[in-house]
Parts: sequence; C-alpha cells; structure tokens
Amino acid sequence: MTMQVDVRILRYDPERDAGPHWVAYSVEADPMDRVLDLLHKVKYEVDGSLTFRRSCAHGVCGSDAMLINGRNRLACKIRVEQLGRRRISVAPLPGLPVIKDLVVDMDGFFAKYRSVQPFLITDSPPPTRERRQSPEERARYDDTTKCILCAACTSSCPSFWAQPGYVGPAAIVQAHRFIFDSRDEGAEERLEILADADGVWRCRTIFNCTDACPRGIEVTRAILEVSAAIVERQA
Amino acid sequence: MDQDFDALIVGAGGAGLWAALELAQAGVPTAVLSKLYPTRSHTGAAQGGVCAALGNHEEDHWEWHMFDTVKGGDYLTDQDAAEVLAREAIETVIELEHMGLPFNRTPDGKIDQRRFGGHTRNYGEGPVRRSCFAADRTGHMILQTLYQQCIKAGVQFFDEYHVVDLLFDGGDAEAGGRAAGVVAYRIADGELIALRAKAVLLATGGFGRMFRITSNAWSLTGDGVALAYRHGIPMQDMEFYQFHPTGIVGIGILLSEAARGEGGYLRNDSGERFMQRYAPTLMELAPRDMVSRAIYMEIREGRGIGGKDFVHLDVTHLGRKVIEEKLPDITDFARIYQGVEPISEPVPIQPTAHYAMGGIPTDLHARVIHDAQRTIVPGLYAAGECACVSVHGANRLGTNSLVDLLVFGRRAGRQMARDVRGVELPDLAPDAIEPVRAELRAISDRPTGESAARIRADLADVMMDNVGVYRTEALLSAALPKVRALKERYGRVHVDDKGLVFNTDLLEAREVGYLLDCAETTVVSALARKESRGAHAREDYPARDDVNFLQHTLAYRAEGGPRLAYKPVTITRFEPKPRTY
Repeated sequence: MTMQVDVRILRYDPERDAGPHWVAYSVEADPMDRVLDLLHKVKYEVDGSLTFRRSCAHGVCGSDAMLINGRNRLACKIRVEQLGRRRISVAPLPGLPVIKDLVVDMDGFFAKYRSVQPFLITDSPPPTRERRQSPEERARYDDTTKCILCAACTSSCPSFWAQPGYVGPAAIVQAHRFIFDSRDEGAEERLEILADADGVWRCRTIFNCTDACPRGIEVTRAILEVSAAIVERQA
Repeated sequence: MDQDFDALIVGAGGAGLWAALELAQAGVPTAVLSKLYPTRSHTGAAQGGVCAALGNHEEDHWEWHMFDTVKGGDYLTDQDAAEVLAREAIETVIELEHMGLPFNRTPDGKIDQRRFGGHTRNYGEGPVRRSCFAADRTGHMILQTLYQQCIKAGVQFFDEYHVVDLLFDGGDAEAGGRAAGVVAYRIADGELIALRAKAVLLATGGFGRMFRITSNAWSLTGDGVALAYRHGIPMQDMEFYQFHPTGIVGIGILLSEAARGEGGYLRNDSGERFMQRYAPTLMELAPRDMVSRAIYMEIREGRGIGGKDFVHLDVTHLGRKVIEEKLPDITDFARIYQGVEPISEPVPIQPTAHYAMGGIPTDLHARVIHDAQRTIVPGLYAAGECACVSVHGANRLGTNSLVDLLVFGRRAGRQMARDVRGVELPDLAPDAIEPVRAELRAISDRPTGESAARIRADLADVMMDNVGVYRTEALLSAALPKVRALKERYGRVHVDDKGLVFNTDLLEAREVGYLLDCAETTVVSALARKESRGAHAREDYPARDDVNFLQHTLAYRAEGGPRLAYKPVTITRFEPKPRTY
C-alpha cells in the first residue's frame, strides 16, 4: 500500500541561504503515515540538516505546528491519506519570524500568553479541602482548557498578520479559561487588558483560528464570549 | 554569559516545575532549563489521573494506597517512600486544586474519582475509586497549571537550552565531589554556557525511546540519568521497565488505562474477556505488568485478533456519553491514528514501552545517593521519572507516576530551599565546559561516519525484540554484544548539519549516546537478575526469589561495561507475600 509522495519543504538556513526556498523530496509513504513521519524520513534518510520541532508525536505537546498544504496543522496529527493528494507542501507557521527551516521564533507568542495573566487569581483563603465547583460550572470553561499553545490559531489570523501587536487568539483562549472559571477572581484585570486596542477588538471573526485549532477548540466563539463580557462590564 | 544561581532545575515537566515553584516562593534565585518549551514536556501526555485517597465516592485510606503501591511493585518498593507517596498524594492533589487545576467534579462539587489498575479497597478486596482526573488529559492540566503558577511566581526559564553536562567541585560523585552546576547548549545559536549553582535538580524524565514501540516522546532519551552515570552515580533498578498494555498497534501511542477504569474490556480473537483467567478478582484492572504478559500469552497461543499480534480494547458498551465526556482524547487518537471508531467498534491494541521504574537513586528528600550505604552526593537532587526513590519497585501502578513527580518534585524544591541557605557557591574550573565542547566538536568535525538515527533505530529493535515483556538468558545474552556493537559504531557517529543555528542533528546524536548507556545497564542488570519480579519476567526463572533478589540493583559505569552492586529494600509495614489479584 506504500506510495511515492512528493514533499515540498520551504527551507531556510540563516548561515547559508539568502532567503527561503522550496526543496522537493520524493518520499515513500504509507497512507496512514503522519506528515511528521515524512519529515523524519527526509531528515534521517536524506538530509540530517532538515530542522523542525517535535516531541510527543500525537498532538498533545504542541511542538510541530506548521503550514501544511496551505493550512496550519500539527504535523503529527495529519495523515497522508487525509491530505488526499500525493503532493504535500510544508512551510513554517506564517506571521512569525523564521529561525531555520520549519522552526519559528515563539518568544513573542509566549510573551503575549503571559500578558493576559494566565493563572488562577483569587484572594479568598483556600479551604482545607478542595474548593467546590459544580459539574455545570466546570463545563463552562472546559473547551478552552484543551489549549496546547501550539500557535496554529494565532499564526493563521489575518488580523494578527496585519497587526503584529494583536494579542491573538491563543492568548484570548487562555484568558477565557480563567474568566469563566467560577473559582477565579481576576476577570476584571484580564478584561481590562483585553479591552485594549490590541485586544479582542482586533478580531474580525474570520474563523481561521477555529479552523486551525488541532484540539477542536471553538476559538472564535471564545473570543466573542470575552468580547461580550467586556461589553457587559462596561454597560 | 556564564551565570550563577542558587538553584538550577533541569527539565520542566511536573517535577521540575513544582520544585521551581517551591524555590521561587522561598525566595531562592532559581533557573529552570528545558530543551523544549516547558509546556511541551511529557507530563502533558499523561491521561488517566492522579491517585489520592480522598474518599470522595467511597471509603478510602492512604494506608490502602500505600499497600497497593507496595504490592503493585512486587515488594521491591521501598516502603518508607511508598508511605510518603500515599500520605502526601492527598495534600498535593488538594494544593493542585487550589492552584486552579480543572478537575472533573462529582454532583456535589468535589473532585471526581475513578477506578484504576491495581488500586483497591481494604488491601486488595476489589477496585476503589481513587484516581482524580480532568477528563483524559490530567497530565496536560497538571503541566499547564504548574507552568501558570511558575509564571505567577516569576520563575526564570531558559527555554530551549539543552543541558549537555553536569559540573562538579572536588571531583565526581565517587570522589566525594559536590554538584556545582551544568553546561547548557543554547539551541538557538549553539553557544555553550556554564551555569553555576549550589543545588542542581535533575528532572529530565524517562528513556522510552530506546524501544521501537513506545508511548514516549522523541525527547525522552535519558539525558539526566546518563549524565549522572558518567559522573559516578549508578543507575538503579534499570531491569524494571514498564510496558503499558494498551498502545496503538505499530506506533505505541497510549490509550489510557482510564478506558478500563471506566469499565472497558480486553477481548481476544474469540471475544473472550481473557483477563478472567489471569486475574479473576481485578480482571482488566490488574496491574500493568500482569495485563501486558496476559496479552503476550494470548498472542503467543494464537488468540490474537485474526491470529495477529494484537488484541481488542472494547468500550462500545460504555455508551457515547461516557466515552465523549470522560475519554475524549483517546477516542480522538483511535480515530486519527487507527481509523477506528471506539463508540461502535473495538480498538486494536498491543503493549507499548511506557515507563522506567529505575533511574537515579535518591533518598526521601530527592537527594541523590550513590551507594548501598545511601551516601548523599552534595548539591545534587533528582525527581520524577528520571529518579528512583523507589516508590514503584518492580512495577508502577497507573497514576502513580503523576503522584511521584508531584510529591517528590515538591519535596525536592523544599529540600533545596533549605540546603542552599548559608552555603557558598562552589568553585568551577575555568575550563569546566571544555570536555563536553570537545565531545560535541568531535561529532561535528567528523566528515563521514555512522548515522545516529540508524544506530537509534537498530538499538530500538534489539531492545524491543530481546529485552521486552518476556526475557530469557538466551535473548539477553544475544542483546548485550549487539548493544556494545552499537556503542562501538556510535564512536564513529557523524552529522550532516555543521551549523550553529538550531542544530537538532547534533543534539539528537548526543541523545543517542544517552540511550546507549541506559540500554547497556538495562541488559546487564536484567541478565544478572535470575528471577521474575514485577515487570522483569524471566521465562527461565519464572518465580520470584526473595532469598537472593529482594534487593535493588545499582549499575555503575566501569571499564569494559557496567559493574553491579546491590542495595537492601526498606520494609516497614508489609512483609512480602505472593502477588495475586
């Protein structure tokens, strides 16, 4: 059942190349192979200098988000047969500075994550046992707890491409996870931060983020819920 | 840019992050180094839960949890450590909830709990609901929550700094030297940096990548264990490596034991729940070593599905609601990686290399010890999977990996905060980084030679085929020269990438060297242990032998191959008994 697949990779080595350029590789693949498997075949059998991040290889660590056939995906969570053709293009995430080959600079992304105070804020002293939270209260923010900070959403967002200062979908998802947690008391501070010019209002509800999320989070909906909370607070 | 800190933490999984949090809260200048971004650490892949005797559904006691841990470890568990684990599990889980961890909840708002393999009520009477969970992404939520708290506490992170050597003052561990810091390779530009500290914690995780079929991330290459070994610290109990029963066929991705905790069945080719013949009381919830052996037996006797090398995990009777609410991620894995729909059809599974019970020997305060007399290596600590305290003995129970890294990560941070007070910084030789610089340069400068990836693949084949679930003298004796031949080939390893920027080719070559050290001690330790205990199953010695082998193995680096020594097991409450379920 194996087949030859044409994998085109946008490569760039700052120590050798003037700029990014496409390199084509013909790789033997099984339809059940992940795109990550193809990248490994190139690295281990053809050219060891091909560079990409990866760790868990099953979609939970968030290392290997990249642009695959024009969409942001995790290379370890997309199979060759799902792509439906024998030509596969792989490029680094758009909108982020490229360090080498498929590796982008994530420092700015994580700085934005940190800017929304992504941690439980509470002044009340904790009880000796667990705080109580009903299953319904827990369900309210379940979706946004799934985020693995892979940056697929933020780097798919045209508003982010146009306004690199925009805090971006991933940071808003992280804020949402706390704003709607019944135990948290820091919603005011977070909503203040996100009401800023580079906050939620940059969202144009294009839905690229929701489409890109490998965890199936309804990202645009989360952004709209945060926007609604800001409006409610101001009213 | 060499720098000084009071404390350094190598690895940013659960153990490293909790230690960092304790140190930051105590006001100790601390840095955390990770070869990844912290949220990529493999703690995040843990699924099913974290056990603590909260008793939120039914009566439970930490003494029961302690007993299960000791029995699960086939009595190789150090019982003082198991007592610490079971007692402190309760307060660490409550603390995690206070930090914001989104546990699933009972109808009255308490932390929800479910059954898990080997965890029982009243010393083995039947399964108990002890595993606290957040759907089937408990590890993800632990990693996220601890990272969030570290950001809140202002912990300093060195992201994508690959630690490539440990530094000592006054000679290596055997010479009585003291840990003095680390050498880190900055992945972004290939710079080597010496970081000096009064206390160094190794929290680098496991080394499952020495096997072909594994649940482990690519990054789990035994870095901390091998670096300590190269500086005179033994590897303890390396022959005990856990194969998790339910991995995705061929690629080893884990399908959580939570599937069985929620009531899932294992079936052979005729549809029989075969565990009734191996563990009539606990059935599918027997400990992992037993379930993995049972699966191998079924396959060997021709009862694998269609006579092939896998059996079925069947959750179809649980219904869509339970599957989607409590097992969403593993359902997704089965769909994506196997094209199977768990709601309506059984999932093909086979055992997958999962967890190292062995590692760097430590005491109850995460201080590294280097001999049978428990002599402390000043300034060096280890916690989490890379450490061996030993709470897991010969076989770890499900969820106890998370309990271990939480309880002993926390203890490590607290102990380090106490130990750095009033202590001077160690002395570092000005050329401290030169040995590792030379080792890396030797690889880079070699124009041609062996491929690290090929050596790693060959190693993974040998370990899987000869040092897996069942072992014999013949298999192990054949493995040893093969591993040594791979070490010899490794002496000629070369890389294609000669650059300085983000050179993963070079770092992966370095990692293969660590895996080879771990594999060699595993084989040598397994050959010498002529008994079957926990995960170490010798077909030529099928019985447990408490007269000769109720002791821990210590494997030291030596000329011509590892030298073995033994250390007594600590027994406090529970005398060894035959292990049946």
